[in-house]
Amino acid sequence: MTDVTRMTAAQVAGLISKGDASAVEVATAHLDRIAAVDERVHAFLHVDREGALAAARAVDEQRARGEELGPLAGVPVAVKDVIATRGIPTTAASKILEGWKPPYDATIVQRLRAAGTVMLGKTNMDEFAMGSSTEYSAYGPTNNPWDLGRIPGGSGGGSAASLAAYEAPLAIGTDTGGSIRQPGAVTGTVGAKPTYGGTSRYGLIAFSSSLDTPGPCARTVEDAALLHAVIAGHDPRDSTSIPQPVPDVVAAARRGAGGDLTGVKLGLVKEFAGEGAEPGVLAAFHESVEALVKLGAEVVEISCPHFEYALPAYYLIAPSEASSNLARFDGVRYGLRVGDDGNRSLEEVMSLTREAGFGPEVKRRIILGTYALSSGYYDAYYGQAQKVRTLITRDFTSAFERVDVLISPTTPFVAFPFGSRTSDPYQMYLADLYTIPTNLYGGPAISVPCGLSEGLPVGFQVMAPTMADDRMYRVAAALESAVGTLTPPSLEARA
Amino acid sequence: MTTTALPSYEDAIARYEPVIGLETHVELGTNTKMFCACPTEFGAEPNTQVCPVCLGLPGALPVANRAAIEATIRIGLALNCDIAPWCRMARKNYFYPDMPKNFQTSQYDEPLCVDGYVDVLVDGETVRIEIERVHLEEDTGKTLHVGGATGRIHGATESLVDYNRAGIPLVEIVTKPVPGIGARAPEVAKAYVTELRDIIRSLDVSDVRMEQGSMRCDVNTSLNLPGEEWGTRTETKNVNSLRSVERAVRSEIIRQASLLNEGTRIFQETRHFQETTGDTRPGRSKETATDYRYFPEPDLVPIAPDTAWVAELKAGLPEMPSVKRARLAEEWGISTVDMQSVANAGAIELIEQTIAAGATPAGARKWWMGELARRANETGVELAAVGATPAQVAQLQGLVDEGKLNDKLARQVLEAVVAGEGDPAAVIEARGLGVVSDTGALTAAVDEAIAANPDIAAKIRDGKVAAAGALVGAVMKTTRGQADAKTVRELILERLS
Repeated sequence: MTDVTRMTAAQVAGLISKGDASAVEVATAHLDRIAAVDERVHAFLHVDREGALAAARAVDEQRARGEELGPLAGVPVAVKDVIATRGIPTTAASKILEGWKPPYDATIVQRLRAAGTVMLGKTNMDEFAMGSSTEYSAYGPTNNPWDLGRIPGGSGGGSAASLAAYEAPLAIGTDTGGSIRQPGAVTGTVGAKPTYGGTSRYGLIAFSSSLDTPGPCARTVEDAALLHAVIAGHDPRDSTSIPQPVPDVVAAARRGAGGDLTGVKLGLVKEFAGEGAEPGVLAAFHESVEALVKLGAEVVEISCPHFEYALPAYYLIAPSEASSNLARFDGVRYGLRVGDDGNRSLEEVMSLTREAGFGPEVKRRIILGTYALSSGYYDAYYGQAQKVRTLITRDFTSAFERVDVLISPTTPFVAFPFGSRTSDPYQMYLADLYTIPTNLYGGPAISVPCGLSEGLPVGFQVMAPTMADDRMYRVAAALESAVGTLTPPSLEARA
Repeated sequence: MTTTALPSYEDAIARYEPVIGLETHVELGTNTKMFCACPTEFGAEPNTQVCPVCLGLPGALPVANRAAIEATIRIGLALNCDIAPWCRMARKNYFYPDMPKNFQTSQYDEPLCVDGYVDVLVDGETVRIEIERVHLEEDTGKTLHVGGATGRIHGATESLVDYNRAGIPLVEIVTKPVPGIGARAPEVAKAYVTELRDIIRSLDVSDVRMEQGSMRCDVNTSLNLPGEEWGTRTETKNVNSLRSVERAVRSEIIRQASLLNEGTRIFQETRHFQETTGDTRPGRSKETATDYRYFPEPDLVPIAPDTAWVAELKAGLPEMPSVKRARLAEEWGISTVDMQSVANAGAIELIEQTIAAGATPAGARKWWMGELARRANETGVELAAVGATPAQVAQLQGLVDEGKLNDKLARQVLEAVVAGEGDPAAVIEARGLGVVSDTGALTAAVDEAIAANPDIAAKIRDGKVAAAGALVGAVMKTTRGQADAKTVRELILERLS
């Protein structure tokens, strides 16, 4: 039998539904692959071998009984460790939650289970999703399968790397400023951030409530769409969830794979297509634009004058919300507790717990956000950033009056070596320069591989209007059909 | 603290003008909590009415309780407020272990209801209390400090937290400052809280029981010299009864006057009312104001009450207590001032129910405002808990009207009823307390009285009929009050004519 770990999720699902492979065989193959390579990749913080095999057996039994299987039944999936999984450790890659096992499942995890997917385990990330390299994981970084000395992107580097290392065909990520798309770009995989409110946040450990969006990660656009369709849709437990039907993203991806973009208008974001990005990234991007034109798309240059303020606005809004969201980690009810020796005061114990439990980037953002929300500074910082957010939203809405989608490189640079951007936070923040505007607007965006620069993957970003997630899948799938998927060098060869 | 004697209230108020303000928290009686489906029952085992949402577990999200929003709007409407067409919840950030998320979901600069008023009656005069805002928030858990002498955190060996209360919807009602009420400030404060309680009770959105904490009041007080700017205010917490509202304002006026008399400045601070001593003690200092870093709650969508819905809620408001009092005063034929005493005694519903059970308004009011009010006062219980039901009072009055009991006997019967001996009819039966109007049984007693009082008998024979009263009294004495006075009088006159 061919190696199932090299297959797409759609292919794996097909095998299982036809009975050509059992879900247990598929799960075992992936678990074995994890056992073989994850020591070098470190995509996983926790592997749930027993749980995965039990879920796989349930799918096989269901099939044996002749019951109808869902489109992804028996397909393994890796879940970012920021998402609550009942009885399975969920740490958000932080020491402060070490050993915490949630008593409940996130809504998207419930949906994954109901669809018959097989959860392999929890993936590594920057602590509380704050970072662009996984270097801020309290449990050590994830290594990029393309070059183990380089970052896999962040915060969802573990999810993206698990795909590139063939440890899982599907993964769940969360995108607050680019944490699905940027890791997708630098690992040569597909990462989609759905419309904010299109996927439930219930059970997603909050970083920035008004920006956080869970979404699918895969090796192909169609696979991402299949996973998107399983997890998306209104959730009454999330007040910000949109009570509208999800656009048919799977049909859109399949249509796009046909390679015809006649009549589709692409808006090339002027501010993101020139200086600031690495030449190799720009070259791959512009070649891809040419390829899309050949498929019939029309390209228009669009100026989004407020995008240049997106990064500073984001670094006020996200830390402000984070400073409040992370206040609950105080050692009183769950997780780490430090210094409770019977003599210290409550404040001291809380303080020592947070001192020991949070890493440097988390502390930096809590301090930043606390300051920005302080009385006397609120209007100048948080209030001003919200105004910028409104202006960025207007840039998007007026652009979408002229074009169907906006396009840009996903990130200005390819995977960088470990340690090269940790000493200057601003250099790290630049990794999300092109992805952040979408989060502030709330629309969907996808990163799809579009070639290599110096042997490393480059991502192509397609941004669509809110609740028009299907549009980006169509364009991304068309591009994928033109430039193909990327295959990293074999890990075995480098063993 | 000063060692010099405190000024009298009269001296304090003669020199300074008080300004008061009240912040009242009301726990709503919704079936479920503000942001989750946990039950809200009072008195359950600690930490049994909790879930990931109200425990603030990582990843859990709030969903606003529509019933709580509706109740808040109804309170706002009843207090003559404008209802915001669009508003948001806000996070109030501070660390405290009884707050699971270390922020309280509340409202800040966008309250649900604004600019209302309540008219209260003090000494027959109407005082308008303006309402600044009515907003919705969630309650915190309860912390129990164990091992210390005071129950406060200082000296405690451990602290236990019960999160059952965390997330129960709480409505905060804030008045504008109330100046110009002079010596009546304590009474105005009490009258306002009483009126507020009655209004909210009439809406049936909370049981508004101060002793159980479902209604809690913070009293702001400041003093200034006439013609000068308002003084620095203090906030008094732990005011747990209507009577304490009055006492707290009074004692804070005296305390502040004493400091001002010495030339000491008043610190803006939170003070705690002491139920036992009736004075206030310092609490948390507000000199270094806590920065709550309020910002709009991103986990919730804005509240935008539909105008048609608000209009519907307004149309569905029950009769307001003040309107009801005016109507009943007319129906019962009593003055506004008398009606106010009935209201103050908490007797309106009791009297209404007694009338419904067959008594006349005068008869019902006589018992509840007389004998029973006195008893309630003496024993320190609420009138409703005094031990007699409206049906029993109606029955008692019925027996009096039928002539089966006279006033004195009725009081004895009532005492037995209150003591738990059963309905009036049963008490009469058991104790043999009925009025004796049987002439045969009374003739002997009358003859005895005539024989024992020859002088009086002679006067009556001479036509001085008014003297008969003395003989009636004598007969009543020998029959231990059970004789029917009218029959006795007739018998005496008959014998001596």
